[in-house]
Amino acid sequence: MKSKQSKRPFIITWVVVAVIYLAVFIAEQKLPATSMLFTVLKKGATYALVAVSMNLLNGFTGIFSLGQAGFMLVGAYVYGIFTIPVELRAQVYQYYDGGLVQFTVPVVLAMIMAGLAAAFFAFLIGLPVLRLKSDYLAIATLGFAEIVRAIFQWNNLGPLTNGSNMLRLFPNFNDFNLRDADGNVTVYLSTLIPFIISGVCIFLIVLLIRSNYGRAFKAIRDDEVAAEAMGINLAHHKQLAFCISSFFAGVGGAMLAMYQTTVQAKSFTTAMTYEILLIVVIGGIGSVTGSVISSFLFVACSEWWLRFLDEKQMIGDFEVPFLRNGFRLVVFSVIIMIVVLFFRRGIMGDKELWDLGSGAKKQERRAAK
Amino acid sequence: MWDTIFPYLLSGISVGGQYALIAIGYTMVYGILRLINFAHGDVFMVAGIMMVYIVAAGVPLWVAIPLVLILTALVGFLIERVAYKPLRSAPRMSVMISAIGVSYTLQNLVLYITGGLNKQYPTIPWISETIVLGTAKTKLVTVITPVLVIVLVVALVMLINKTKIGMAMRAVSKDFETSQLMGIKINQVISATFVIGSFLAGVGSVLYFTNYTTVIQTSGAMPGLKAFVAAVFGGIGSIPGAVIGAFIIGIMENIIKGLDVILFKSGLIDKPVGLATFSDAFTFALLIIILVVKPTGLFGESAADKV
Repeated sequence: MKSKQSKRPFIITWVVVAVIYLAVFIAEQKLPATSMLFTVLKKGATYALVAVSMNLLNGFTGIFSLGQAGFMLVGAYVYGIFTIPVELRAQVYQYYDGGLVQFTVPVVLAMIMAGLAAAFFAFLIGLPVLRLKSDYLAIATLGFAEIVRAIFQWNNLGPLTNGSNMLRLFPNFNDFNLRDADGNVTVYLSTLIPFIISGVCIFLIVLLIRSNYGRAFKAIRDDEVAAEAMGINLAHHKQLAFCISSFFAGVGGAMLAMYQTTVQAKSFTTAMTYEILLIVVIGGIGSVTGSVISSFLFVACSEWWLRFLDEKQMIGDFEVPFLRNGFRLVVFSVIIMIVVLFFRRGIMGDKELWDLGSGAKKQERRAAK
Repeated sequence: MWDTIFPYLLSGISVGGQYALIAIGYTMVYGILRLINFAHGDVFMVAGIMMVYIVAAGVPLWVAIPLVLILTALVGFLIERVAYKPLRSAPRMSVMISAIGVSYTLQNLVLYITGGLNKQYPTIPWISETIVLGTAKTKLVTVITPVLVIVLVVALVMLINKTKIGMAMRAVSKDFETSQLMGIKINQVISATFVIGSFLAGVGSVLYFTNYTTVIQTSGAMPGLKAFVAAVFGGIGSIPGAVIGAFIIGIMENIIKGLDVILFKSGLIDKPVGLATFSDAFTFALLIIILVVKPTGLFGESAADKV
């Protein structure tokens, strides 16, 4: 069966991805760096990674976890703690004598550490929590995220986490721009780099999903009992999916830190997890491409395209009613509710970019019937 | 020692009672629909906001309070009709996501209406009077809450055990499909559940915001989650369980808030260690422990899993 599958859809997918990356690179050189487009692209790339990592768990393994914000928080803090330049630490940790950690590690290493730390937390929390099912699991992971948030704000951990004060002055996306000796930017890379990080991570997740492990995950999602009967070790595979998903959520957290340029534990609330969950739902539960597309749409709508709803608009002499601060979010939530209620399959359903046009999925489905 | 603990204990009982009123809504809905109604905490918050606006519009309090309770019940009813009923045959996860969507919508709607500002909750004369109990100074609402909770719970248990609709509720929560075959109008029963749950959340909000005095779009989230934990702790589906769970959580949470002071005064520690940070986290730690040790909660029935 595999040999019959045509390679063409994959080649097309690669071409599409390459074109997007090229377009981002060119746009960044040509357009002013303050353009709203880049804010959207940076944040979108970050959310895309987090959404895909959540989809790996909720959509592909059937584990309904709501701990994403907690793992992002761990990632963001680990990244921040280990990359703030030593000479600036006294300034950041002003209440804690410059903090405990007095060295920095390279950015890439810090990001991997962020992921590993999140995965480690996931491992610990997974031991008890993954034995639970559906909504109990959801609420337990949600509770875990709240616990993490409290621990990171604890005053006694201040030398490490800066207590409830924010971490700042660590390298952010703008530091990736290449500069000449005078400090003028020669090549803009601040948008391309998040695209590359997030792209590589998502590619790894796709590889995982298409591997033997991925098939086992899907089997667990579709029917736990049947999967177990087929010889899949449930506990082991669930733990694996949970840790891997958290690893990438941690990396996503580090990216969010870079995007925001500051990190503060109190911003990683349940609301953030809900937002990511809604992105996954809008994109289609069980579709990586869908999650990516909907991340960019979500961010673009909330940060850019619907902004006009928050300000007074005049059409001729007529002032459009209802438009004032916050209306954007109301419209937005209504759209989300419509998707949730009437378009439950989301943008992509469970299809991927490379499934489109090839009809492979359709045939599969017909065969299944 | 006792003098130090007493005020915390007192406010714990009060908050516990308020959580209990919210927790009943969770536990009843879960008992029937197997759905964590994530929007329930926000219904509680909406009740608070409606009170602010209705009183600001010049409606006298003795009209405003019943009006708010009725409107809150109506909000609960509408949420069920609009967001949960169309998904009756959908997988459970879709309904839960819809609940999260409703929560998001309500919060954004309130954000839009209030402009994201803290709103001062109207002072309700009698129950916000300050009284002195032994060494503790507190509002009268602290004392009234547990009494009111017990009265309401007794009434509710009577309703469930003695009336026809109560019997229908019990039947539906035992077996959804069979009770439908027996001629029970499922939709009516579910609506009634939501109306009762929201009504009690409305009562809870009057008591809660009299204590905390300000309302903002996010002020329902935390009490909502804690009430849910209380419902799980007591054994989800069991009303007395939810109430006892809520009191335990309310008391523990307030003791932890004051733990620094208590330990300091009793000489066990020589400087504050900031344990108050963990008052919220503790609730969730308790949740994880109870789920692992006894997933059915204190009073829950164990359900066998059918393959």
